[in-house]
Formats: sequence, structure tokens, C-alpha cells
Amino acid sequence: MTFDIKDKSKISWCPGCGNFQIRNALIKALEEMNLEQKDVALVSGIGQAAKMPHYLNTNFFNGLHGRAMAVAFGVKSTNPDLNVIVEGGDGDMYGEGGNHFIHNIRRNIDIAHLVHNNMVYGLTKGQASPTSQIGFETPLQVDGVILKPVNPIALALSSGATFVARAFSSDMEKTKEIIKKAIAHNGYALVDIFQPCVSFNKINTHKWYKENSYYLNKEYDNSSLKNAFEKALESDKYPLGVIYQKDDGDSYTNISNVYINDERPVYSRKRNIKKINNLINS
Amino acid sequence: MGKTINIVLSGEAGEGLKTIEKLITDVVSKYYYYFASKEVMSRVRGGNNTTEIRISEEKVYAFQKNIDVLFLLNDNALYRLEERIKEKTVIFGSEKYKNNEIIKKKNSKLNIIDLKNLAKEAGSKLFKNTIIFGFMMGMMGLEIDEGNKKIKEFFADKKEDIVKKNLNALEIGCKEGSKHKYLFNIKKGKIENCKNISGTEAIGIGALAGGCNFVGSYPMSPSTGVLTYLAKKGKDFDVLVEQAEDEIAALNMVIGSWYAGGRGLATTSGGGFALMQEAVSLSGVSETPCVVHIAQRPGPATGMPTRMEQGDLNLTVYAGHGEFPRIILAPGNLKDGIELTQKAFYLADKYQVPAFILTDQFYVDSNSQMEKFQIKEEYLEQNIVETEENYKRYKFTEEGISPRGIPGYGKGVVKTDSHEHTEEGLVTEDFNLRNKMKEKRMNKKINILEDYIQPELIGNKNYKNLVVGWGSTFGVLSEFVNRNKDLDTSFLNIKQLFPLDESLKDYFSKAEKVVVVENNYRGQLAGLLKLELDIKIDHKVLKYSGEPFSIEDIDSSLKELL
Repeated sequence: MTFDIKDKSKISWCPGCGNFQIRNALIKALEEMNLEQKDVALVSGIGQAAKMPHYLNTNFFNGLHGRAMAVAFGVKSTNPDLNVIVEGGDGDMYGEGGNHFIHNIRRNIDIAHLVHNNMVYGLTKGQASPTSQIGFETPLQVDGVILKPVNPIALALSSGATFVARAFSSDMEKTKEIIKKAIAHNGYALVDIFQPCVSFNKINTHKWYKENSYYLNKEYDNSSLKNAFEKALESDKYPLGVIYQKDDGDSYTNISNVYINDERPVYSRKRNIKKINNLINS
Repeated sequence: MGKTINIVLSGEAGEGLKTIEKLITDVVSKYYYYFASKEVMSRVRGGNNTTEIRISEEKVYAFQKNIDVLFLLNDNALYRLEERIKEKTVIFGSEKYKNNEIIKKKNSKLNIIDLKNLAKEAGSKLFKNTIIFGFMMGMMGLEIDEGNKKIKEFFADKKEDIVKKNLNALEIGCKEGSKHKYLFNIKKGKIENCKNISGTEAIGIGALAGGCNFVGSYPMSPSTGVLTYLAKKGKDFDVLVEQAEDEIAALNMVIGSWYAGGRGLATTSGGGFALMQEAVSLSGVSETPCVVHIAQRPGPATGMPTRMEQGDLNLTVYAGHGEFPRIILAPGNLKDGIELTQKAFYLADKYQVPAFILTDQFYVDSNSQMEKFQIKEEYLEQNIVETEENYKRYKFTEEGISPRGIPGYGKGVVKTDSHEHTEEGLVTEDFNLRNKMKEKRMNKKINILEDYIQPELIGNKNYKNLVVGWGSTFGVLSEFVNRNKDLDTSFLNIKQLFPLDESLKDYFSKAEKVVVVENNYRGQLAGLLKLELDIKIDHKVLKYSGEPFSIEDIDSSLKELL
């Protein structure tokens, strides 16, 4: 059983793209967790990162730009037995999908949310993304970006996320370990993955990310929201690793009224026609 | 012809018209036919709202403009009702109306009723509604015991003292009302085997009967009632109901639920549905079913939030970019509301297409008696296959439908894509494959038409004139043909608006004159009949003021044409 695909010639990412390493990390994570292909569902939107499901062998729903989280909520809440992973880029998830990002954090739906953050739009060829840094010049932002970048870590924390992490695609092993923790987490889990875009971002390169990030040390207590906010606001060097994690057993499918006393997926429960007939014949 | 009386209650929002309506119709419906509808202003408090209760010796299901008996529950409610008051209208209102110009002009009769004092006599102004309920009971000569029973039932969770005071208020009202028995000369009968339900409840029950187990929606008048109905039933019927952050999320959630094996519903109105367009298209190309209930209200944009229109048929026919098949159903009466909604789930599942239920504010906010019937279980049957190891989601098959698997059920994996895709569900730009996939999807129309839901013909099978309508005009047009048998006119209510079946042409070729009646400006059904079936329409009767057609509207406009 492997999540890898046989014919890799169909992969349409640019040579040297960080997506390759993220793909390897994800496949390894799934395999090391002994998950079965039939029990995993990848949900994505549109963008270079959102092509990921096509390059793995498992269930997937490749839907609309920005809407992956909404689809994934429907999938997970209908069948909580599935391991649902949402994958996409910074534009897909923080731009077009910004509303669903915030509100699914509030739902604390048990989904691993992997966001490839290369601070630029790839599929549409080089425009600014919500995470592009001020001054970043593009064919559209001709005098450089003047909007302040979204801070996804702080935004997730302030929306009540129960798992917030940041990874760096070039460190495949470490990224894999973070993804495993995100999948294992009972509740919503954000992994913002720094990733170089070799075609459209000549500023935030592999070297830049390397020089502008560091891994949290073992002493760091990620159960403290205060610590996490402090880390989220650091920008001279960006912290990598699990910045915050908390499990109060209050993920959506634990506390929603149809699941609180009954673990069976709603789709598998048989409707009693007699009870419906009672509604009109009593 | 049976006698009918039209009673209208006029009051402020938040004043409790709904309570009076519920109490009185519960009692009345045992002995008379009734139809209750309401028109409300878009505000939570104040303004002026009316509830109309038509009580009859025969079946009634339409809005009547002319008022027979009018209760003015607040002191500045008359200005909106001028057109509906006639000389024969009997008005009950406070002393403040004594010199009212409208009443004088119309020469109608005002009976002073001092509600405030009567309520005070009962103990508090809070008992005003119970007094009115009692008054109506007295006027209709109904047994007070039945009123007592209703009050006890209604206030079951209230303190004994409150129940007692309400019973007293009922008696006071009843005594006053019985002085006006002369107004009510409807023959008392016995109505059996019927259930009082609203359009909202019909859609909700239909969804449950269709196996709906997931609802993702954003509140929007006038569709919210279905959302709250299903939320209330959720625990008992295993329905997960989620309030989405916006309508875009709502339909995407619903599609996700169907992908995972659920039967999801989104309930919305035109504006919300406009936001769902891209998701409708996603359902089309990915062949993931979905069901959307659209309770129409007048647009464009915010329009008139609490009023009615049938203006979104075109929007629904063309919803979503690109080309793909869809099913559109429109219930006209309460039974149809249940049966068509149930069928929408079944058909969406069977043909892997989006299915829409089109209602409107007038339909969902009206209530009446529905003859009891047994709901069929067969439509709960699911069209889901256990996947094999090499399962292909979009496999080409002889019958044209690819068996639909769901993740986690069987050995295979289910790959679903919004791009043009291969049989496996992988993105492709192969032009030949694109042709084949597109034709596979479009050809589902042929399969869908095998299940075409036949229209209902009211009146004689042979006719000179054919009146055509859809959705909530059912009541007013049925009453018209039933009351005017001499006009050689029948009424065709089209239940499945899309795709339309060729067999419909037979109804039209028989008629010398065809009149389409719709609550919109352009005659959207008339346009669709022309476009899809090349049917020629002789006349269109259209109304787009935001009100439903009244019996009087239809009477005057159709009699002129026929």
C-alpha cells in the first residue's frame, strides 16, 4: 500500500518547487501513521498547491478556488471516520477562502489544514498573495505591495485554533513530523508551510527562508496561548514547529448534537419512514 | 357553491398575530376548510402586518383581497388596508377609529371593541391575544370547551395562575364575540383525516422523507423557516444542521456532505442562491449531487425581503457557469411540497445532478389543511456502490451514469474533480476525452426525462382554454377553474420546470387559447416553454408588485381574456 502514484511524469510543478518536498513529506506522514488510502480524503481548491491530490493515490475532492475548507467540513462532519486533510496555497486559503478559514477554526472541525505559503501567486503567474511582504514588486503591484501581509499564525490563534504550526518545505523530515502531529490532533490543525516559489518569488527564496526562520527548542511550552501569541508576532526570524496545541475534547464531531451520544457517521444512520409518517398522520 | 368568510387580523410585528392564528385555525380546521396566509413588513417590531384566515364550506387555497371581517389590533393599521375594505366589510377596532376617514369613505361598519379594557378586566394587557381568540370563537359559535383545551395545551409549560387568567380572558372574549354570531353563516361540517401544515413544514418534512441528513445554510427570509424546522427535528431524525458563514460555504458544505455519502440540503432565497452559482457548477461537473431549496422573494438585490415573487426561475435554469443538466421542481400545494422535495433528493442522487425546489414567500408562509397520506419509502433508496480496488468515479457506462462510490466504503478510492477529468477523476486537457465526458454529462437529461414528473390538470380533460401556472399560483388558479366551470377552461400546474418533457405539448395543442399566469415581469415560464418546447403562448397574466395574486385579480384578468 502506497499513497504514491506510479506515473510521476504528470506532475506539473516547476522543477525545484517546494511542493515536491511537501508531497514527499505528506506521503511519508500518511504511511508512517499506517493510514489506509480508503480512509483518507484530501480536499483542495485551486492553485499550484491545490493540485496535490492528483499526485497522491487516495480519495480526493478537488473543488473550487477558496472553498476547500467548506467542502471538507461537509465531508468530515458527514463521516467522522475519514481522515480529512485540506491542502492549498496562501491565496486559496487566506485570500479567496479567508472567511472559511476563520469560521472552520471556530468550528474546531477535526481537519489537518496544510497551507503552502510562498508569498506569491503561482498559477496566475506572479501577483501578490495575502502573505506577500510590503514592497514586493509584481506585474500587478508594479510599485510594490502596499497592503500589510496577513499573519496566518496570529489570525488562527485569535480565532481559537487548537493547533497552530509552521513548517519549511526544504526540511522534509521535520515537515513530515509536524504534518503527522496535525493529522493526529483532535480538532482543527493549521500547518502554514513556508515554501520557495522558484518561478515568481525571487525575494523569498530557499536561502531567505533558511536565514529568516528558526526551530522552536524543546523547552518551548506550546500549551500556553500567551507564548504562542508572542511567537506569532515574531518577524525578525520566524519560528518553526508546533507553536500552539490544546485538546479539550471539543472538536466539532465530538460536541455536535448529532454526535454527542452517537458516534455513527450521520450518513450511515437509517431514516425511519414511520417516524416521518407520524409527522403528517398523527 | 360553498360559502366563505375572509377574516383579517391587522397588528404590529411582534404583537402575536401568529399565536392567534395558530389557536383559531387549530379549532376551526375541525369543522371548516381554511387557508391562512400572512403579509408582513420587513421589521422585527412595529409597522403593520396582517394575517388572513379564509374559512369555508369547501376547499380554499388562495389569497382573497376583499375583507369580510377585519380586526384592527393596533391604532394606526388602517392606512395600508384601504383597497381591501369594501362597504360590506365589518370592522372591529378601538374608539380611535370612530371618525376614521377611510371607514367613512368606504361606508363600512365599525364596531367599537375596547380591547384594552377587556384585557384589563382579564387582568393584564398581555391577554389581548387570548381575548381576540375568544372573540372569534364566540363569533363563530364554537364550543368554549375547545378553546379551553387549546389554551391549556398552548400554555402547558406556564404557571397555573397564567393558565387560569387566560381561560378567563377567553371567556370574556367569547362572550363579546357571541354578540356578533350573525356575521358567521358558514355551515358547520366535520373535517377528518387532515393535518394543518405550512409550506415551510411541507418542505421540511419532504427533506426528511428524502433522507436529508445534512443541512448547510445561511439564514435568509423567507427560507429560514425550513432551516429552523430541520434544526428542531435534527436530533430526533439524525440531521446535522450547520449555520454556514455565507451561502458560498453553505452549498460547498452540502456538496462535501454528498461526496461523503450524505444527503445534504441548502435552503436559501434568490440573493443567497446567487452566491451559490459557482458551487452549482461544481456539482454539475463533478457529478456530485446537491439539493437547494429556493424560497423566492422579489429582487433584484435586497428587493422586498418579506414579500413574494416568482422571479428566479431563469436564475435557476441558468445557474452556474458552463453547461450541465439539472432538475427544477416547484410545489403548488402542501402535498406536493412534501413529495417533490422528497423526490428532489432521490433524483439528485440517481442522476448525480443538482436538484432545486422553487417555492416563494407566499407558499412557505401559508398554512392549510392537507389530506393525510402515506409517504413512500422507495425514495430513500440510495444509489451508492461499494467500490472495487480499481474503481473509476467517472467510468463510461452503457446507461450513461457512472456508479457513484463514496470514500471509505469498499476497497477503491474516490477521486472527484472540478476540472475536466479522466474516468479516474484526474485532470485532463485531452479534447476527445473532453467531448466524451461532456456528452456523458449532458446526456443525463435523457435519463432524467424518463422520470419526468407529470403536471397536474385541474378541471375538465377537454377544454377550450388552458391556464398554465407553476408553484404557489396553484391555489388561486385551481379555485378559479373550479368556480367557473362554464368558461370551458382547465388549469395546468407544471411541477417539473426543468428539464421539460415533450409530452407536455399535448396539453397545449388541445387548447384554442393558452394563458400563462406568473408572479414576475417577463413571464419566465412562458419564455421557457417557447425556448424548450416551441410552445406558443397567447396571453400572459403577470403580477410583480410583491403580493400574491388574489382571487379578485385572477377573476378580473382571466374573465377578460377567456
